[in-house]
Formats: sequence, structure tokens, C-alpha cells
Amino acid sequence: MAEPHGATALSARGGATTGPVLEVEGLTSSYGPVRALDGVSLRADAGRITAVLGANGAGKTTLLRTISGLVRPTSGTVRLNGEDITKAPVEAMVGKGMAHVPEGRGVIAELTVDENLRVGSLFRGKVGKDEFDRIYDLFPRIAERRNNHAHTLSGGERQMLVIGRALLANPRILLLDEPSLGLAPRIVAQIFGLLRQLVDREGLSVLLVEQNARSALSVADVGVVLNLGRVVVTDDARTLMADEDLRHAYLGF
Amino acid sequence: MTDSQTPSGAGAATDEAPVTATAAANAPSAQATGGRSFLPKSTLLRHLLVLVVCAVGAVILLESTSPFRNSQFATLSYYAIAAGGLTLLTGLNGQISLGHGALMAVGAYTTALMLDVERGEDPLPLPLILLLAALAATVVGAIVGVAAARLHGPYLAGATLALAVGLPGLAIYFHDTFGGEQGMTVRAPRAPEWFTSFIDTVSGNPASGTKWLAYVGVVCLLITYFFLANLVRSRIGRTWRAVRDQDVAAELAGINLGTWRVLAFTVSACAAGLAGGVLAIVVRLAAPSGFTLVLSLSLLTAIVLGGLGSLLGALLGSALLVFLPPFVTDLGTEWGLNSTEAAQLAPFVYGVVLVAAMLFAPAGFVGTIRMRWLTMRAKRAMAASAGSTSRG
Amino acid sequence: MNVTLTGLTEGMVYAAFALALVLIWRSTRIVNFAQGSMAAATAFIALSLIQNGQSYWVALIVALASGFVLGAVVERVVIRPVEGGPELNAVIVTLGLFVAIQALIAIIWGSSFESFPAPFGLEGFQVGDSRIAFTPNSVFVIGAVVVTMALLIALFRFTRVGLAMRASAFGQEVARLLGVKVGRMLTLGWALAAVVGSLAGLLIAGGEFVYPAYMDSLIVFGFVAAVLGGLDSPVGAIVGGLILGLALSYVSGYVERGSALVNVSALVILMVVLLVRPGGLFASSVARRA
Repeated sequence: MAEPHGATALSARGGATTGPVLEVEGLTSSYGPVRALDGVSLRADAGRITAVLGANGAGKTTLLRTISGLVRPTSGTVRLNGEDITKAPVEAMVGKGMAHVPEGRGVIAELTVDENLRVGSLFRGKVGKDEFDRIYDLFPRIAERRNNHAHTLSGGERQMLVIGRALLANPRILLLDEPSLGLAPRIVAQIFGLLRQLVDREGLSVLLVEQNARSALSVADVGVVLNLGRVVVTDDARTLMADEDLRHAYLGF
Repeated sequence: MTDSQTPSGAGAATDEAPVTATAAANAPSAQATGGRSFLPKSTLLRHLLVLVVCAVGAVILLESTSPFRNSQFATLSYYAIAAGGLTLLTGLNGQISLGHGALMAVGAYTTALMLDVERGEDPLPLPLILLLAALAATVVGAIVGVAAARLHGPYLAGATLALAVGLPGLAIYFHDTFGGEQGMTVRAPRAPEWFTSFIDTVSGNPASGTKWLAYVGVVCLLITYFFLANLVRSRIGRTWRAVRDQDVAAELAGINLGTWRVLAFTVSACAAGLAGGVLAIVVRLAAPSGFTLVLSLSLLTAIVLGGLGSLLGALLGSALLVFLPPFVTDLGTEWGLNSTEAAQLAPFVYGVVLVAAMLFAPAGFVGTIRMRWLTMRAKRAMAASAGSTSRG
Repeated sequence: MNVTLTGLTEGMVYAAFALALVLIWRSTRIVNFAQGSMAAATAFIALSLIQNGQSYWVALIVALASGFVLGAVVERVVIRPVEGGPELNAVIVTLGLFVAIQALIAIIWGSSFESFPAPFGLEGFQVGDSRIAFTPNSVFVIGAVVVTMALLIALFRFTRVGLAMRASAFGQEVARLLGVKVGRMLTLGWALAAVVGSLAGLLIAGGEFVYPAYMDSLIVFGFVAAVLGGLDSPVGAIVGGLILGLALSYVSGYVERGSALVNVSALVILMVVLLVRPGGLFASSVARRA
């Protein structure tokens, strides 16, 4: 159906990867009679940014929500580090090394910045102060506001906060849902630059869902184009960038 | 006014050859309506016909049962009148009310005051008194409705809860007028001459006071349900449903949500007031202890059990309120409970029923059965269409 | 003066009960109308113990503990299925519980009025040559509520469980994604709220009569107090409780035969607040702070 050999072809081309962190196979899920995902297969490797692209309603958000268990698939499997997590409870995902930053920032507005970060570390038990400091070093702008309520933050600061909070879990893979939504291009570039650094330096894997295909492809290693719940193509980000017909047809630029 | 007759179009389609599978799919339902085609097309006339049939049925029922059953039917009628109004409010317009017990109190006290005349004087005619009872509750309902129109869900429940708990306090405060905690005993109106002769010609039974009250209750019930049924089918009913399901769309279509919510509350309060009036003459007492929160909650049980928004459901639910308590109380005494403990089994069952209905059958009794029936019909229609396509 | 003191004492109890409602509303968007019946049930458990010779304090602790269990069981068994569903369904479920538990109390313990002991004296303190309406038991009531509130604040502010509960209340989905066991936190929230409600029920019963429906007024007062404070804010609930306590105390103290009007006054206050400031008295200033 949706090019099941695409993924294997990629790893051959990819060179120095350390293998898949996340493998999704034949994932299908529906909202009532509407089928939102129709046999989606993809993989995300360590040390790589995988961007899932597509128009509004292509199924991008549903894909992330199904991977992290918020939506239950009707068929298909999700594997994390080789372990089948298709039926694992949502609460257990972060402990297994997967951090999902949902669409629309996902800060808890009623808590302070510091409390938001602490919620992210709760599942690990006691967490040393140095780990919080590491996050604050990464995002000095939110460090200044650590005792403010999260609802006073700007859009960019909120995005930094939720990414920082996700990193506090020391994940192997980070699922990001539309991080660029509503942010100034400068801020988007800053956040994406930081992601690139983390991926290159620490071997983190990122699965990025974006409608803003141009920015996403500029930072990603691999692009997966989704249309009406099916994978249209999976390829190297630069190749996708170069494919003018594909860009016009599915990515809108 | 033929909105319930949707399959009539499909009936026309069957006159032509059923070329498409969809037309064939409609055919069975068209035949089903064909079977009922002797009913008049106009909703009003159809409801009138049903009214007459029910009236005759009620006379037969009341004349063939014991005086004890007669008094149970009188009780049933006031529960059903109030529940009918409440189901319109909650089911059709999406507003909950725990204050209907208090509105019934308004009607009951009005009736009690009207019947409380000096010895030798004649009170106003009974229909007029009951009308005034309904009117008094309507006025109170309109006032409460204005406040309630801006509330929803838990806020509305809390506000009407406060009404249910608060209003009886007024009867105690003004105890010179309303008799305080003891309440007012109601002098039951006597049966008129023509009623005695009517019963005599129909069945030859003695026309007791109980029988008269049962007839008063049932007549009020039939009139109320006739009005409510027409209202539900009318433009007003459709607008209420729109306000409930699509408030944003309704508002964009120029419907003033507040006005319609107030109207629903007012109509519903009117029914509650009439119910209270009937209650007063049947029970012969209007006292604060008769209008506790449990009364409001049993009405809620009746409409939830019957399925929100269905008049038939409200009637069946009310029947349960009347016939279930003696049954479970007997059961309780059999299990060795004393009478006061056993009397509490009924409210216990109401509560459990409310919870269970929400957990297992949110559509209620009638709703669940109707759903089954519709699914079955749809399946049969599918099968028929599959058959016809395979033949064609 | 005396009227004010009575009002403050009663207001503290309303505040506690309102707080119990607010705790549940914040986390599940449900007003627990069964709170009063649940509290009454625990008060009857305490009464049974006291009548069998146990001390007030043992009875109090057992009652609070049974409140905890009752709250947890109720959330798990009947509330969980309607959480996040249509708001009317949840309202009807809590109302059903309200009647069912109240009837069950009457079946088990009977419907008659029973006197409930107070742990401290009910005779007013001597000030100069007159006795004031402030009793040792009032001190206990106020103290108990203040200590409970301090404990709750400490729990929410300074503990990991408290943080997890707040996260679950304000951002269910986000909290789950961050590995917080939200279901468990909601159950805990209901259990704690039931403990606070139970405490309010025992305090109001002290030195008075209890019967299955004795909490009916308190559920209304608690609701009114909570709405006064905006329904979302614990601080608002406490302030709302005190305001309501004072207002009702003035009505019953200064209006002739005013005690019959207390319930009606609560209704009037509620209506005015809902129509004039539906978000509560402190809608803009307090709502975000808690």
C-alpha cells in the first residue's frame, strides 16, 4: 500500500545511523466512520529529524496521537526501541523514552514555569537541580521567568518551555506537533536550530509534524509526506525539497 | 404540518418503478406508513383523535378498577403532568431543573388558598382554580426562567436546587397565610351532579369523591399532554430542539436563545403548577414536607427513565413512581425492614435508577427501545435493498 | 457582635464544604451534588461509634477515613464513566447518588432526629459580665477548618503528589503525556474532597441533631459559597463561605423569625451573583491565582 519498502531503502542510503528508535507499521485509525490514518508506515532513527508533512487534515496530528496512545489504532503496530508499545497506556510512554509535545503548546497555564518543568520530571522520582539548570541554560529566556505563571509567557517562550519540559524526561525520541504554529520566523529558526544541535550532539531522534513544510524540510533529514491518511512518499529531505511537482502537489510551496 | 410524515415522499417514489436501490430501500417504510394512512394528515387532528381514544380508554380503565386503583391513577396524573412539563424543558430544551417540586408547591398552595373559604360560601369553580394554580406557577416560573436562561448544566442544577430548598421556607415564614410546618388542609371539592349521573349511565358504579378526583386528574393530564404534544411538533418545539443542539447556529439564524429558554421554562412551570393544584386536591394537604427535594428528584427519575424529551416516556416513568413504591416497600417488609425503613427503599431505587440509567442507557427506556427499533428497521431496509439489487 | 461571631463560625464550615465542591469542580468539571449525602453517611458512622462508647476523636478519625474511601469508590465506580461526557449526565449521576445515599442512611440508621455530641463546651465565653455567642466548640470548629486548609495548601504547594494533582486538574492530556497517572490523581482528588466535606458535616453536626437529610441546606450553602468565589478558586470558596455565613447570620439574627428565611436568602444571594457576576465576586483577580 503505502510503500512499505521506502523505509528500508532509506536506511541503506542513510549512512551512519544507529538504527530505528521508532517503527510504525500499517497504522490505521478512525474517528467514527472517518478514517484518519490508512495503513501508515514510517520509522524514525536515532540522530535524525524525521518530518511528517502534509496539508490540514492529512492525518498528521492523528498520527502522533496514535503513536503516543491518545488515540487507539484499529490496526497496525508501533514499536519503540524494538518493543511493541501499541497497547501501552499513555502514561507509560514517557518512561519508555518517548516524549510527545502536543499541538497548541501544551503548557499548563495555571502553573508557574518552574512547576511546569517539575511536572515533566515527576515520573522519574527525585531529579537533581543540575538537570533543571541544564534546561534553563538551554533556554535562558524561560530561566528569567521561572516563577511567573505560564499564561504570561509569549508563544515562543511557551514552545521553549514545553520542549525543555520534554527534554527533562531524557527521551530517546521527541514527538513535536506543529512547533512553528503562530511563531515569528526568527523564533522558529532559533528553535529548529536548537533541535538540530541536540540531535547531532546527543543522538536524539525527533519526529516532527509540520504544516510549514519549507522550514521543516530545511532542518529535517527525512521527510514523510502524508495525504488523506496515507503516506505518499518517504525520502531524503533534500530530495523532497528539490522535487518541484511534489512540493506543488502536497506541500503548498 | 406534516413533518412526521417524511416517508410520504418515498411513497410517491414507489409508484414509479424502483429503479435505484435507494428508492427500493425506502419502500418498506413507505408501506409501513401506508398501513397508518387512515390517520389524518394534520398533526392537530391526529392528536385530537389520539386524545379522544385515550379519553375513552381512561373512562374504561377507571370504571373497571377499584377505588384504590382510582386514587393511584389520580396520583399518577399529577406526577405525569409535572413530568411532562419537565421532560419538555430538560429533554427538548436541554435545561435541567430541580425546582419543579417548588413550582408544584406554588400551584398546590394557590389551590389550597382558593378552596379555603368560609363555611357556607362557595369557592370558585374547580377548573378556574386549577387554571389560577397553573398561572401562579407560570408567573414564578417566568421569573426563575429569566435567571435560569443564562445558566447551564451544574450552575442551573445548583440554582434550582437552591429554589427547591429555599421556597418552602416562605411557607413557614408566612405561617399565618400558609399554615407553617403543618401546612394547609385542603377541602376537597365535591363532585357535581352531572358527574354522578354520567358515571351512573356509563357504569352504574357509585360516584365517590375519589372517583371524581381521579377524573379531574386524568382530564387535566389529557389536556396537558394534548397541548404539550402539539407544542413539541410545532415550530416552537423545533426551535427548542435547535436551541438545545445547535445553539450557535440557532443564534446565527436570528433566534434569541434567552427568550426561547425562558419560554420553555415558563411552559414547563405552568404544567408543574397545574400538577401542584391536582396534587393539593388529591392529597388534601399542602405542606412544606410534601415538596422536598426528593419530589423534584423523583420527577427527574421519571423523565430520565422514560427517556428525556418523550411524553410517552414521562407518562411511563410517572407510572413507575406510583406503582413501584408499594411494590418495593412490600419487598422491604418481607426482608424484615420496619415500615419507615421500607418506605425509604423507593427513593433508594430512584437514585440507583438515575445512576444506572446514565451509565448504561443514557437514552432512557423509550429512547433505547426506539433506537433498537430504528436500527432493526434500517437493517431490514438494507436487506430489502440488497435483495432487490441482486434481483435487478 | 454575637451575630457576627456566629456568622464567622458557620461561615468557616460553609467555606470548608465549598472547598470540597471546588476541589472536585477544578479537576473534573463536575459539581458533586452527592457531597452532602456522603458527608451525612460518614457522620452517621461516627455517631454509631460514639453511641457504642468510643471517644469523639476516634469517631472523627474513622469518619474522615471512611469519607476518603467513599470518595475514592464513588469516583472510580460511577463518576469515571461519565467524566468528560455531556455535563447533564454527570449532574444526573451525582443527583442520583445524592438520593440513593440519603435513602440508604435512612434504611440503615432510621429517619429520626439523633443528637450529635460536640467535643467541646457549647456555653459561650464570659466577657466582662455577659456571655458571648463564641464557645469553646466554635474555637474548635474554626481551628479545625483552618488547620485543614493549611494542610491542603501545603499538600498542593509543596509536595509532588500535590503538583501532580494540580497538573491533572488543569491539563489532563498534557499531564498524561508527561507520565502523570491522571486517573489515580482524580480518584485521590475526590477522596480528599470527600474528607473535607465529611469534616464540614461533622462540624456542623456538633451539638445539633442529625437526620438523613440534615446536609440538604449545607449543600446549597456550600454551592452558593463556591459560586460566590467563582467555583474554580479555593481562596474564593473560603471568602465566599465567610461572606455567606455572615450574611445568613445577619438575616436570622436581625430579621424577625428570620431563621425561616435563611434558605430563601441563600437563593436570593445566589441568583444575584449568577446574574450580576456569573464568574464569581473575584472573577478577574483571584481566578488565575490559585
